[in-house]
Amino acid sequence: MREAIRLALAIAAKDVRAELRSRTALLSAVVFAALVLVVFNFARDPTALAATDLAPSVLWVTFALAAMVALNRAFTVEREHGALDGLLLAPVPRGALFLGKLLANLAFVGTVEGVTLPLFVLFFNVDLTAALPGLIGVTALATIGFVSVGTIFSAMAVRTRFAELMLPVLLLPFMVPPLIGAVQVTSRLLAARPLSEVAGWLRLLTLYDVVFVTLCTMAFAAVVDE
Amino acid sequence: MTAAEAARVLTRRGLLISVAALLGLAGVYVLALGYTPVEARQGLAQKIFYLHVPAAWSALMAFSLVGITSGLYLWLQDPRLDRFAAASAEVGVAFSAVMLTTGPIWAKPIWGTWWTWDARLTLTLFLFFLFIGYLALRASVHDPAERARFSAVVGLLGMLLVPFIHLSVYLFRTLHPQPIVLKPSAPSLPPEMLRTLLISMLVFTALYVGLVTLRYGLGLAEDARDEATDVAG
Repeated sequence: MREAIRLALAIAAKDVRAELRSRTALLSAVVFAALVLVVFNFARDPTALAATDLAPSVLWVTFALAAMVALNRAFTVEREHGALDGLLLAPVPRGALFLGKLLANLAFVGTVEGVTLPLFVLFFNVDLTAALPGLIGVTALATIGFVSVGTIFSAMAVRTRFAELMLPVLLLPFMVPPLIGAVQVTSRLLAARPLSEVAGWLRLLTLYDVVFVTLCTMAFAAVVDE
Repeated sequence: MTAAEAARVLTRRGLLISVAALLGLAGVYVLALGYTPVEARQGLAQKIFYLHVPAAWSALMAFSLVGITSGLYLWLQDPRLDRFAAASAEVGVAFSAVMLTTGPIWAKPIWGTWWTWDARLTLTLFLFFLFIGYLALRASVHDPAERARFSAVVGLLGMLLVPFIHLSVYLFRTLHPQPIVLKPSAPSLPPEMLRTLLISMLVFTALYVGLVTLRYGLGLAEDARDEATDVAG
């Protein structure tokens, strides 16, 4: 168990290091998320809808689109120069390999979300001071779930024709429960309502994480092993 | 018996069951229109219930069986399970198309709107999309073994998405009629309605069996053809 965690961390560290050396993908994803926020701001009629009414949905659609962009490249880099084959030849249990890729993707998506949040506050003029800890918590809870499913789908999508199209088509239905939950919780947080109102959603999000992280870890071998 | 012969037998059997089920469906129409009473508040619009609910039942059964056979495939690696899952997914998409078209036709006079973003509607729509994605994935992977493994993973994960759909139904305010047959107390339908519904569900189940058998036979024939052309090429 400890060995598997060590291996997973090593794989995640490799990905993070590779990302920090080039930084192009991370920068592009951040710019993409910022652009989505800007587009949303112009896609609403300011005389009819207050920015704060739309804020939770805008935030989560932006997060979902940014995660999609990030996940699309997660295994594309491994395909170049047969890097994935090298990784598969190494004596690493497939579950540990999956957790490593998951951690790397979470670091990537988490960074994009972390940069997007201040921009969101700036553009949509919402006051986050009281809601911030709760918001970080629910973001982590929802993100772990869909990035986990996204990681395994991304490993499949790169092996198909139309990879860039296949991932969103497969992943979006899986994003629906975490996104609905996250939007519900976020709107309650922004309205300064007590968390007890959304206890059901928080339980659902946690259950989703537990079920899908476990299942994806177990199923990953079927995706990468010939 | 060669694969091609088995395929021919299965497609013929599937066709036979499907035709019998379609005749049964005509009988369900007769029962629904002539035998069941007109519902007091919804009037004739309620008749669509005898199609909508069984179609939904067949679609959900189809998708559950895709999930179960997908899980079993990952364990047993039997190509028959994969072929069955593919057939069931295709038939399931057809039944959910029936469910998703009859629903709005009923909803317009009763709810006053074709579509509402009610939890159950939204999520069955996404279930439909999920299986369209499943079929798209199958179409875009060439290697049969890889296609089987990939689609089994999607099928298994898809089945586990269903309970989350149901949990969301109860958490999200819902407009959809609440369960009236499968509930803890006795079904609250008049006996004629219940009988017709049950007959219709049997007919739809038979139609499902017929279409899946047909599609399975076709899948078998396709595999035999691919194998033959691979050997020749």
